[in-house]
Amino acid sequence: MGVINQITNLGRTALDVVAGLGRAGLMLWGAIINVPNFVKGLPLLIKQMYVLGVRSMVIIVVSGLFIGMVLALQGYTVLADFGTVESLGPMVALSLLRELGPVVTALLFAGRAGSALTAEIGLMKSTEQLSSLEMMAIDPLRQVIAPRFWAGVISVPLLTMMFCLVGILGGHLVGVEWKGIDSGSFWSILQSSIEWRQDIVNCLIKSTIFGIVVTWIALYRGYEVTPNPEGISKATTSTVVQASLAVLALDFLLTAIMFGQ
Amino acid sequence: MSDSSLVNITPALVEIRHMKFSRGSRVIFDDICLNIPKGKVTAIMGPSGIGKTTLLKLIGGQLTPDSGEVLFSGQNVHQLKRQQLFELRKRMSMLFQSGALFTDMNVFDNVAFALREHSGLPESIIRKVVMMKLQAVGLRGAALMNPNELSGGMQRRAALARAIALEPEMILYDEPFAGQDPISMGMLVKLIGELSSTLNLTSVVVSHDVDAVLSIADYVYVIAEKKVIASGTPDELQASKNPQIEQFINGRPDGPVPFHFPAEDYQQEMLSGRN
Repeated sequence: MGVINQITNLGRTALDVVAGLGRAGLMLWGAIINVPNFVKGLPLLIKQMYVLGVRSMVIIVVSGLFIGMVLALQGYTVLADFGTVESLGPMVALSLLRELGPVVTALLFAGRAGSALTAEIGLMKSTEQLSSLEMMAIDPLRQVIAPRFWAGVISVPLLTMMFCLVGILGGHLVGVEWKGIDSGSFWSILQSSIEWRQDIVNCLIKSTIFGIVVTWIALYRGYEVTPNPEGISKATTSTVVQASLAVLALDFLLTAIMFGQ
Repeated sequence: MSDSSLVNITPALVEIRHMKFSRGSRVIFDDICLNIPKGKVTAIMGPSGIGKTTLLKLIGGQLTPDSGEVLFSGQNVHQLKRQQLFELRKRMSMLFQSGALFTDMNVFDNVAFALREHSGLPESIIRKVVMMKLQAVGLRGAALMNPNELSGGMQRRAALARAIALEPEMILYDEPFAGQDPISMGMLVKLIGELSSTLNLTSVVVSHDVDAVLSIADYVYVIAEKKVIASGTPDELQASKNPQIEQFINGRPDGPVPFHFPAEDYQQEMLSGRN
């Protein structure tokens, strides 16, 4: 019996996962195809870009600065052993653009904005605001989900760019101002070693995909919440956990595709 | 008993026919039939947890019954296409138990919301309409306050102003009196009564507050154990000899609905010596 129960449970879990993916897909589809009303949609989008993007800037800038400085400090000690401290610039910049920028930004965004999104939508659901929109003949997917989704998708790449920029400045601060690498060679080697297509475009692709995934998970968790305080706290936690895991797993996949050959 | 003149004379705005509804394996409604007469206040009473709110969501088309039908002025709510359902919902409105005011806007914008979405009126006229609705519920002075600055009763009234903004034919009230102090309860009773008589609104009030409901309802349905167990005018119900109705109306702690949740014998439990 034990084995049969286990198999039953496995099957049920699998079905739940597939059904959940289906519902998440339907939610996103409903939100995206309902976007064409720009006159009403644009103010909502701008408001959400402010809430999700601008409000996340502090944590992104501060984290970027420190990560850039730490990278430079660690890099400097290793590179100094080999006498190639001039490569510090490209080392910091490439680490940030290719991996740390998109990944850390997405993780921070999941913690800062994703959890807030889930809690907000969950609260709107449990206080019947979503139901009341429906009863007013307004589609909550269009009114609530769509602007938040697009705001997340647009904000994350912008935040990632900001993160990388500040990180490089942090690296400059440590490498040039503190450790005394020549400023001219820091910038010129950095510039010549970054490729537009290979590094910058890939960074943007990664961060856009992370933006989609994190925002999608956050919105879905909020939308499907069990409408009580316990449900909301659980949903918020699972947003952060699932979004973080999804970002890390996807990052490996994307890195393998982009840089694997 | 004449069961009852009123429902038979007045044309029904909403007809529920042999509706069944269950959540998972739990049956909520089993073969419910009821009529909601046009322009009257119909109350739906019953103990908590028997799905009175669910009934309102079924009428509003937010939930779909397993079988049977719900007709709103002749149209089957659950066979409409999404667009038609949305058109239908512009003719009804719902006052949620929590008020469900949008927390990111002030009272004025809450009331104006549906007007801005659906009416296509210029802002100057919307402003006048909103102020009229707020005046009707006595909250014109609170137009610029945020929902979380209002007391529970004021929130409920603001939500009522929002519910009548588009001048619907029918309002569904979900537990309008729950958790209200006597003063705001009195205000809500007065408002619901006035609105339905002056605007000729059809009102459906779901509640278990017997006194308040009996004072405003024209017709009452009592739901228990998945069925309509009684219906009639308030006077008829008060005169009822049915022990279930009597218990409910008079609020007796024990009766057909037992005080004790089913359990094994008390004496045995005490003597069994289990830890």
